[in-house]
Amino acid sequence: MLIVMSWLREYVPGLPPSRAIADALIRAGFEVEGLRAVGGDVSGVVVGEIIGFEPVETKKKTVRWCQVRVAGGGAISDGATGDESTGDGAAVRGIICGALNFAVGDRVAVALPGAVLPGGFAITARKTYGHLSEGMICSARELGLGDDHDGILVLPPSTPLGADVASLLELADEVLDIAITPDRGYALSVRGIAREAATAFALPFDDPGLVGDPGLVDEPGLVDSPGLPPAVTPDSGGPGGSGGSGGASAYPVLVEDTAGCDRYVARVVTGVNPAAATPMTWARRLALAGMRSISVPVDVTNAVLLGLGQPLHAFDRAKLRGPIVVRRAAPGETLRTLDDALRTLDPEDLVIADDSGPIALAGVMGGASTEISATTTEIVLESAHFDPISVARTARRHRLSSEASRRFERGVDPALAPVAAAAAVGLLVELAGATAGPGVTDLDHRPAATTVSLPLGEAERLAGRPYPPQTVLRRLADVGCTLAGHTSAGGSSAGHTSAGRTSAGAVVDSVDGAVDREEVLAVVAPSWRPDLTRPADLVEEIVRLEGYDTIPVTLPRLPAGRGLTAAQRMRRTVGRALAGAGYVEVQTLPFVPEDAPDALGLAADDPRRAVVRVANPIAEDAAYLRTTLLSGLIAAAGRNLGRGQQDLALFETGLVFRERPGGPAPVTAPAVDRKPSADEITALDAALPEQPRHLAVLLAGRSEPAGWAGPGRAVDWADAVDAAHLVAEALGLTLTVAAGEAMPWHPGRCAALSLDGRLVGYAGELHPRVHGGVGLPARTVAMELDLDALLAVAEAAPPVAAPTISTYPPADRDVALAVPVQVPVADVTAALRAGAGALLESLTLFDVFEGEQVGPGQRSLAFGLRLRAFDRTLTAAEANAARDAAVAVAADRLGASLRA
Amino acid sequence: MSAPGETVDPSRVQALDPDQLAAAVAAAQKSIAGAADLAALAVVRTAHVQGDSAPLVRARRELGALPREERADAGRRHNAARAEVQAAFEARLAELTAERDTRVLREERVDVTLPPARRRRGARHPLSSLSDRLVDVFVAMGYEVGEGPEVEHDWFNFEALNMAPDHPARSEHDTLYVEPVGSGRLLRTHTSPVQIRSLLARPLPVYVVAPGRTYRNDAIDATHSPVFAQLEGLAVDEGITMADLRGTLATFAEALFGAGLSTRLRPSYFPFTEPSAELDVQCFDCRGEAARQPCRVCSDEGWIELLGCGMVDPNVLRAAGVDPARYSGFAFGMGLERAAMIRYGVREIRDFVDGDVRFGLPFGIED
Repeated sequence: MLIVMSWLREYVPGLPPSRAIADALIRAGFEVEGLRAVGGDVSGVVVGEIIGFEPVETKKKTVRWCQVRVAGGGAISDGATGDESTGDGAAVRGIICGALNFAVGDRVAVALPGAVLPGGFAITARKTYGHLSEGMICSARELGLGDDHDGILVLPPSTPLGADVASLLELADEVLDIAITPDRGYALSVRGIAREAATAFALPFDDPGLVGDPGLVDEPGLVDSPGLPPAVTPDSGGPGGSGGSGGASAYPVLVEDTAGCDRYVARVVTGVNPAAATPMTWARRLALAGMRSISVPVDVTNAVLLGLGQPLHAFDRAKLRGPIVVRRAAPGETLRTLDDALRTLDPEDLVIADDSGPIALAGVMGGASTEISATTTEIVLESAHFDPISVARTARRHRLSSEASRRFERGVDPALAPVAAAAAVGLLVELAGATAGPGVTDLDHRPAATTVSLPLGEAERLAGRPYPPQTVLRRLADVGCTLAGHTSAGGSSAGHTSAGRTSAGAVVDSVDGAVDREEVLAVVAPSWRPDLTRPADLVEEIVRLEGYDTIPVTLPRLPAGRGLTAAQRMRRTVGRALAGAGYVEVQTLPFVPEDAPDALGLAADDPRRAVVRVANPIAEDAAYLRTTLLSGLIAAAGRNLGRGQQDLALFETGLVFRERPGGPAPVTAPAVDRKPSADEITALDAALPEQPRHLAVLLAGRSEPAGWAGPGRAVDWADAVDAAHLVAEALGLTLTVAAGEAMPWHPGRCAALSLDGRLVGYAGELHPRVHGGVGLPARTVAMELDLDALLAVAEAAPPVAAPTISTYPPADRDVALAVPVQVPVADVTAALRAGAGALLESLTLFDVFEGEQVGPGQRSLAFGLRLRAFDRTLTAAEANAARDAAVAVAADRLGASLRA
Repeated sequence: MSAPGETVDPSRVQALDPDQLAAAVAAAQKSIAGAADLAALAVVRTAHVQGDSAPLVRARRELGALPREERADAGRRHNAARAEVQAAFEARLAELTAERDTRVLREERVDVTLPPARRRRGARHPLSSLSDRLVDVFVAMGYEVGEGPEVEHDWFNFEALNMAPDHPARSEHDTLYVEPVGSGRLLRTHTSPVQIRSLLARPLPVYVVAPGRTYRNDAIDATHSPVFAQLEGLAVDEGITMADLRGTLATFAEALFGAGLSTRLRPSYFPFTEPSAELDVQCFDCRGEAARQPCRVCSDEGWIELLGCGMVDPNVLRAAGVDPARYSGFAFGMGLERAAMIRYGVREIRDFVDGDVRFGLPFGIED
């Protein structure tokens, strides 16, 4: 919201400098995104009169050589600048001008030599098109008055010749850019910010939006005094009665849907002068507030919108067919809106209709068929209040956010409708020579104001400091609240009734500290604050206006916590272990393309094909959620390789997303006014995909770095398996490794990893097809584990049982076995362990080879057995017996034979 | 070896003859003198001084085989011989040790500035380290860590947090919805649903923090990312006030940016808190002093917007089955990327998700 400070100051006289206002607003909860000074750097621009011109042909276009009188009768008027160039008495200047939108006798803004335009742009006399041009005739944009650069700025004929344009048009101003939170619809107006500013500096505030307030009746001045949207002008007759029954109707209106539209005020003006121009000061204000000046009627509705916060709509009365009806759209109805889009309406859309059908989307945008035009002379003004949710839905449905819809969604003051309509009528009378039509149509179906029961001690309960009753009441009054009464702790009602509502401020004196903290106030929020419905809402206002900086600093007294859960602690351990082992953690985006499972070569029935799709993805080629961490790791590896990093060891932990078998279970969202039942919570969770936490690593290039000592070591499948063991060991677990076959791994170099008989992941070399897909080097390896599964086992594991340390010497025995090549080493070691029995302390595989010496289909496995007893020194015979028993089991189970 | 009482074998006891002993001493001395280095001397030691097969060691074993009357003399001779050899050995040992210390070790000198380059370097992600660090601050105060899914149900993400389907604040969330449309599934837009999950799953009072990934429909660029990390905090107990919130956040800001920086609460708006606030912390770089500006960290504002917070809205408490008349609570939520960018001077938010090892490595295992 752009707030023009000169406008704000008219609402609240006596405000301090703008920087102080900005700081006060920040303290009151308004995020100031900028404070910009405008026009202060314009000088030396005066009002001139075109007394003649002649066309000058140039290569591209025709320009004009103009004679411009800049001082009346050869004298310099009082309003002229002290610019030296005018001091020589040259009353008429020759100036080249590229615009054609003026005639002899027009008054224009002339930047004389020595003048400065916005941005420090200095004007000098210079030779151009064969003439010495002594200055420049300015467009609105060149003066910083907005975007209009279609021609020069033509001023009203009454503008005093020689006057300083900067002061005449009040060019010097400041604009405050404030971000308005969605709960504060009232602040989307000068009126709303004015109340906050007045409160911040304890200044009186005559709210121009209040019914019956004499307001600031506009003065007839045209340029010098733009005035305000007047509250209620004498000729408007004030707001009409409820339901349109209290006075003469302005225009027939039928509200069929009083829930969607609880207030509809219509006013008529006739005799609008289509040629009337918006005064520069108004055009300037609108421009500074971010709106273009279009025509007087449009500008007037925008001025009221910005000033009071009431969206208005102007219908061309000549184009209306019969009475105005507010209703929901019928199925299949269409409407061409002002942005020239033909919209098919939804039966939930609230529309304004006449006999021809819908003519506007209520509270969102008008329709083309009744749009006011350059020839419009009679206008029906709509000043209404529409249901926020209805407007929000329609705006969202049609992807059509407007100044009006933005305000209605956040809440417009329903009491404001007749005031705003009167203000607009007043301005049209003043600026466009219009005549206010008789009567006011006011269909008022507003619900009764609700009363909030506020215990006097509530602010203290939530904020942690005392707020004396007078403070509470004063702050409530600042917000605009009234009191319907107050009740003592005993429940007896005292003071005010709803019939005799009192400004909370008026009560301040009457209570005079006698109200005790146990009392409950019956507070009625002002009509412009639909967000104040509960005690907590009022507490925020009290605490905010007193200042959050007055809240003390304390700490809650917590019960003893249990620290991290075992799983949370172990996740950290795993991350540290991997980082310590030389892996770099990455956190990739979880979005993958539709063909991600294909790129990994996953089988048709692979559970990782149970993908979940984002309904409104950021990009179509990233519309799915990952079912494996490998997709992201491979992509990250690709980025590193593309940037020259060849040796990679990456790891990632994160959630993967898999649709449950059978898809999501339909679920009805529980109510929010009570705790959901356990069944309801279970049903909500069952509607979500499975989201286990996985851990994956990827290694490419060298596992040990190359350097002066050697060429390093290329990664191989065993690095990936080792990474899995590293993770398991960090958690105190032992993985079982078996040959596996799963994409995207090399079918001959894939280890299936199990824990307690449950498959928990794979490790090994990636399939060559996968390398080809994403440009990874050959022999890239990877590992992925279901970390949650590991953590579940680790959490349940008993504490480590400490080993008994033998102090006796070991007996080492080596055996070389010939084993059929298809027998996994894991089976051989298992057999040796089983055979050697309790005396085996450790088993080391120290040599593996195949070749002629071993024989076809066989390989040689050489193991070192370290044998030890914890109660004696083993004899040679005992050690040999254990060794022989180990070999015997291997021979028996696996056909292994002892090599000579 | 001859045992006492056995018949003396003259050939075995001749090793104790004076001549034999002298020969053994001479041989030992020659070998000791000839040992070129400590390794050679160690071999000589075994062969001539102390080894089981050294002649003098063997000769000693035969003492008992001598007739009683000869033993004393032989013993004296043998001791003298051994002492002589031992002295020669120790002298040579000292000599060779000295030589090693003065010459050999110097000749073995290496350039210890050669990079060892035996290991790969690894690192944790800065957001992981930062998250742990911040979580630990709260765990030390007695908080526990709450968790929740990233694909979340609308009820947890919005409805129970006082954002009904048409709530205007929803439009600010740029939500990524998950198919099928209308199923209520979405990628959580904040960690606040963990507030609801924690309140539903835990007995009161509840003090939890919840770090985690969150999602918005934002294309990735230098300052935006569709995925970002948040840290949520929630305290629900009897008598919790905004003063408690202020104190807690001041402690937290100190842990993040160091002591001595002031904080300020600004009124703000969140549907799930009332009253609501934003916490600014004084810029740690310029401390708001114009003399130290222009300031890259705070863009000369003097303050850094750190997080959103407030008193848990009574509707939120009600939806989680907590009586708002008896209990009150505060909640806060902050973006970790922003904190990390400020703390570490990260320039592009994209760096957090690109996975470039050059970005990650400097952070090490603990930042």
